Amino acid sequence: MEKTITDETIEYVSILAKLTLSGEEREQVKRDMGRMLSYIDKLGELDTSGVEPMSHVFPTVNVFREDVVTNGDDSKNMLKNAPGEKDNMFMAPRTFE
Amino acid sequence: MRGNMGKEYETVIGLEVHVELATRTKIFCGCSTAFGGAPNTHTCPVCAGMPGALPVLNRRVVEYAMAVGLALNCDIVRDCKFDRKNYFYPDNPQNYQISQLYLPICRDGFVEIETAGGSRRVGIHEIHMEEDAGKLIHDEWEDCSLVDYNRSGVPLIEIVSRPDLRSAEEVMAYLEQLRLTIQYLGASDCKLQEGSMRADVNLSVRETGASEFGTRTEMKNLNSFRSVRRAIENERERQIDLLEAGEEVVQETRRWDDERECSYPMRSKEDARDYRYFPDPDLPPVYISQGWLEEIRDRQPELPWEKRKRYGEEYGIPDNDIEIITGSRRLAELFEGASALCGQPKKVSNWLMVETQRLLKEQGMEPEDIRFSPEHLAGLVKLAEKGEINSTVAKEVFQAMFDRDVDPESYVEEQGLRTVNDEGALKKTVEEVIAANPRSVEDYRNGKEKAMGFLVGQTMKAMKGKADPGSVNRLLKELLQHWKMD
Ligand SMILES: [Zn+2]
Repeated sequence: MEKTITDETIEYVSILAKLTLSGEEREQVKRDMGRMLSYIDKLGELDTSGVEPMSHVFPTVNVFREDVVTNGDDSKNMLKNAPGEKDNMFMAPRTFE
Repeated sequence: MRGNMGKEYETVIGLEVHVELATRTKIFCGCSTAFGGAPNTHTCPVCAGMPGALPVLNRRVVEYAMAVGLALNCDIVRDCKFDRKNYFYPDNPQNYQISQLYLPICRDGFVEIETAGGSRRVGIHEIHMEEDAGKLIHDEWEDCSLVDYNRSGVPLIEIVSRPDLRSAEEVMAYLEQLRLTIQYLGASDCKLQEGSMRADVNLSVRETGASEFGTRTEMKNLNSFRSVRRAIENERERQIDLLEAGEEVVQETRRWDDERECSYPMRSKEDARDYRYFPDPDLPPVYISQGWLEEIRDRQPELPWEKRKRYGEEYGIPDNDIEIITGSRRLAELFEGASALCGQPKKVSNWLMVETQRLLKEQGMEPEDIRFSPEHLAGLVKLAEKGEINSTVAKEVFQAMFDRDVDPESYVEEQGLRTVNDEGALKKTVEEVIAANPRSVEDYRNGKEKAMGFLVGQTMKAMKGKADPGSVNRLLKELLQHWKMD
């Protein structure tokens, strides 16, 4: 059985994801999301009673670095990835009211 | 507080305090945390949120968080981990902030505070580790935001109190106690103005005696003790006014405007509180062994309340001195260091209480900014004690020490400030002063005691301040008496 995603859910998720969807895209996303969630539901078929919840798949703990400066000024390279640049800063859409 | 309709209201306050840790490097990369670098010169793919970059946890951050937790009587969560808090904003280049939601490093502590109303315990709900965001600057010309990621990834701890505070006074006492404790631990310099300590205030009001909490608001952007106080008073009144008018308090985040002294709600989109936390798969969990915990416990320095008690028993200085000196880690270090070197705690305390406070105030400095060393302060006390400099010269030397940490011994030598103990030379000067000022001598002879002050002053001036005023006084009186008898 495929999950049904409501219009409210799509509206809410698109706000969180900062996406504006057309009517057509919205229907498509509803179907895709329903399919994905149904697929994930397969996990519910497993009997997990007595299994401890885990957050990581590798049995590793305590991977640390010491508090020593290893990086210098690499701003020239870093700013190559900027959508725009001014005064050695990344340019971003206006955020202030 | 009483409303217009005669109802009594109680204010309920909880605090979220962010403290920037004093590590050399960021929480997940080897970039420097130093202040004042040109924009983006302390960045790398990790702290600029480039895809595929791998964060690795700074051990010092965990140790500082443990130290603060222990000092605030918390349980240390031995298995803790990091989670991603998802939101979009240009100051957050990964589109998530690495924080701790499910298993924060410290839980269930308390802080003891003192107010006029007596002493009280304020509960600590939890302390978690997280990373700071970048800095946004609005560019009017281009009508865009410019981002500097130097602060992105700087380690923070967030200390979340229980809603145990009831007034602005209690909040001030609580913040002060946190600041002092963390400074003593060396975990942060805790400067509100510079943003290394920031407080968000959760506040609600309810009729006194009510068992349920009222609806609370959260106030952000408080960057001084004064603005915290003003924001609390303002928000308490705003909420009571709403209730008295039969309206409801809306649960929202408000931004404090320090200049206009009022707050306004932040846009609701900014306030969408669905952060979809999930465990960060890049960062393996942290396991704190008993051995590591004991190591941190053993390293804890003496804390403010312990110091206060010991000073009272050990040094015999007034309570007010104890309060001021232990109120700053730097003053306490100077006091203990200098006292141990010169064996004169009362004299040391006196320099710290009078001249130091005067100069700090005059130059708008914090005690933590003091430059002179305990060795030099002890040296000054010794010079004055041995009578090698008089008290006026001592103040002059202290000023130079305060300004540029000069060594008092060599400064006195270089400037030729040592008190002249040559009785013959002093006597000769006094005779010259008497001969040069017949009018004052006449006045003194006619009973004008003021004239003596003038003559002492003239002698000190002639001796370039290097005479002992007591000896000058004595010699003048002797010679004048002799002169009168002629
Ligand atoms: Zn970095």
